[in-house]
Amino acid sequence: MASPRTLIDKIWESRLIDSKPEGDLIYIDLHLFNEVTSPQAFEGLKLKGRKVRRPELCMATADHDVPTGKLELRLIDEIADKQLRFQQMYCKQYGIEHYPMSSSGNGIIHVLGPEKGLTQPGMTIVCGDSHTATHGAFGAVAFGIGTSQVEHVLATQTLRLSRPKTMSVTLTGTPHSDATAKDLALAVINTLGTDGGTGHLIEFRGEVVHNLSMEGRMTLCNMAIEAGARSGLVAPDETTFAYLKEKERSPKGPLWDLAVAYWRSLATDPGAQFDNEIEIDVTGLSPMVTWGVNPAQSVPVGSKIPSPESFETKSERDATIAALSYMDLEPGISVSDIPIHTVFIGSCTNGRLEDLEAAARVLSGRKVATSVRALVVPGSASIKRAAERLGIDKVFSEAGFEWRSPGCSMCVGMNGDVVPPGKHSASTSNRNFEGRQGPGARTHLVSPETAAATAVLGRIASPSDLPPINKKEGK
Amino acid sequence: MEAKSIIKGSAYPIRRSNIDTDQILPAKWMKRVERTGYENGLFEIWREDSSFIFNDPMRSQASIIVAGENFGCGSSRQHAVWALRDFGIKAVISSSIADIHRGNLPQEGVLPVELDQDVVELIMAATEANPKVEIEIDVTNRTVTCREAGVFATPFRIDNASHFNLIHGYDPIDVTLTFNKSIEQHESSRDPWLPKCGPEFV
Ligand code: SF4
Repeated sequence: MASPRTLIDKIWESRLIDSKPEGDLIYIDLHLFNEVTSPQAFEGLKLKGRKVRRPELCMATADHDVPTGKLELRLIDEIADKQLRFQQMYCKQYGIEHYPMSSSGNGIIHVLGPEKGLTQPGMTIVCGDSHTATHGAFGAVAFGIGTSQVEHVLATQTLRLSRPKTMSVTLTGTPHSDATAKDLALAVINTLGTDGGTGHLIEFRGEVVHNLSMEGRMTLCNMAIEAGARSGLVAPDETTFAYLKEKERSPKGPLWDLAVAYWRSLATDPGAQFDNEIEIDVTGLSPMVTWGVNPAQSVPVGSKIPSPESFETKSERDATIAALSYMDLEPGISVSDIPIHTVFIGSCTNGRLEDLEAAARVLSGRKVATSVRALVVPGSASIKRAAERLGIDKVFSEAGFEWRSPGCSMCVGMNGDVVPPGKHSASTSNRNFEGRQGPGARTHLVSPETAAATAVLGRIASPSDLPPINKKEGK
Repeated sequence: MEAKSIIKGSAYPIRRSNIDTDQILPAKWMKRVERTGYENGLFEIWREDSSFIFNDPMRSQASIIVAGENFGCGSSRQHAVWALRDFGIKAVISSSIADIHRGNLPQEGVLPVELDQDVVELIMAATEANPKVEIEIDVTNRTVTCREAGVFATPFRIDNASHFNLIHGYDPIDVTLTFNKSIEQHESSRDPWLPKCGPEFV
């Protein structure tokens, strides 16, 4: 009998074309593009007189640069405009599916793949973007690449890579009912550290993981990169199949049954060995918030900011001192005492319909604090339409949120949406790096529910910190 | 790309872990469509601080970065490597370089050099103490020497694929295209349900 294999091994080996000491040559099933990391790749291809090998395995959207203001969609500058025109030109020239700014199919690339049914179990998926990890939620090997590799995939539909090591991260126990997938992700990164996953693909396992919706799994896998891993995966199960059924690009008719049978066979075999196995007990885990400048620097909402001395290694102590200085925070104060200026709900981590619904449930019948600027940015145009059909846009607007158009928005601060210098933001995005949300911005990563509660109170708070609503119409 | 055998130079020691690519090159630089001209963006925000090591006039000739662990984490932007290259950086030494960045560096001929933390510490201390200290990296044999740090021909880690292309100066695409037969063979047996894209879906 063949020896037991992991989900990761099965996918990797099924796409393996050649194996040499200098790496494995693997086939890529889907190549996704944003506008910022691909122009130079297309240009390189053209200069060498090469062709796009498989345009029918490519899909592109504009997300990083696009403004999200409601009334007038205008680009913030000419260089961004040129970048978008380049993308449009190359996609046209090579016959690539493309969703330009303001089009009805536009959205964040990692939101579009799944919602169109392009992301399926067992596939290899790449994009010139580190959060390609998101697609791993379907049981796909999906990871970010650099621009030279984008060019390599365009020309050959393959990549030569050292085979990643495998890691199993099993979540055990029962988290607090307020904890979301985002809180699980922050807890995992806090445990592994920002480089605990380096060189690895992580399979997230355990009942807690499989109880998550597809949206929740995408949030979790999206942030695997913040622990240094190439990607995170969840084995496909009934939840995955139910999500994929009837999606635009999912297999149809007899192919559906064939595909599902194959997808079922991908699960890690009992007894399969990982290079690294860890278990994290998430019993009682409550909403989390970051206080520093990397996603591992987090504590539960309501707790105190740690002191540099509380860390074991010198490098962690130094990192804490640097982080507290950038964030202008004192150790020992409660995170709940940090005044929040901006609240951002959106991004490929938490900009899906389920995220917006969860935040809207918290906001319904409540008002954003007058000191807070709050904005909500749906992850795609179709999510925006769906939310409007459900009346969720009204809940946000009535509460005092700006209801905006899809894009990366304040996740990356290169499209006009920024946090003012020195101000603190509560953000559902994935990176609290220095200046990520704009020069001098001080970011605290949270879940959509925590972001909503924070908007209401003007300080970091979880939904259970909110006073009950007395108004009659409140739910 | 030119084949690499020896890299020699003085250093910018940056005693800091988790230096992410947003710090190496801020996002606003990613709006450009060119492949060159990124040198002014390198550590743009940190360079505003006159005490930042890149502003040390004694180090104006330095070409090697010595940094804390997890260098280049975060965004996949290869623009960060274009900035390093355009500024004249030839190698980055750290106990760990984040996966995507480690793959991006050699694409532009910048050598990723991973050493054990205690060796990095020796080199860091020596180069902090004296801006003129030289580091010599034997790319072919994968070793680092820094006499003042007491480091002699210490082996470093580098991915085999990156090493192979660097020492030969190969274009990875050309190498892969020699496998065209095998790629075609794989393509002829792909699962029939795998999704397709195209302008017709828009
Ligand atoms: S939302 Fe943020 S993390 Fe996601 S693709 Fe856009 S910039 Fe990257």
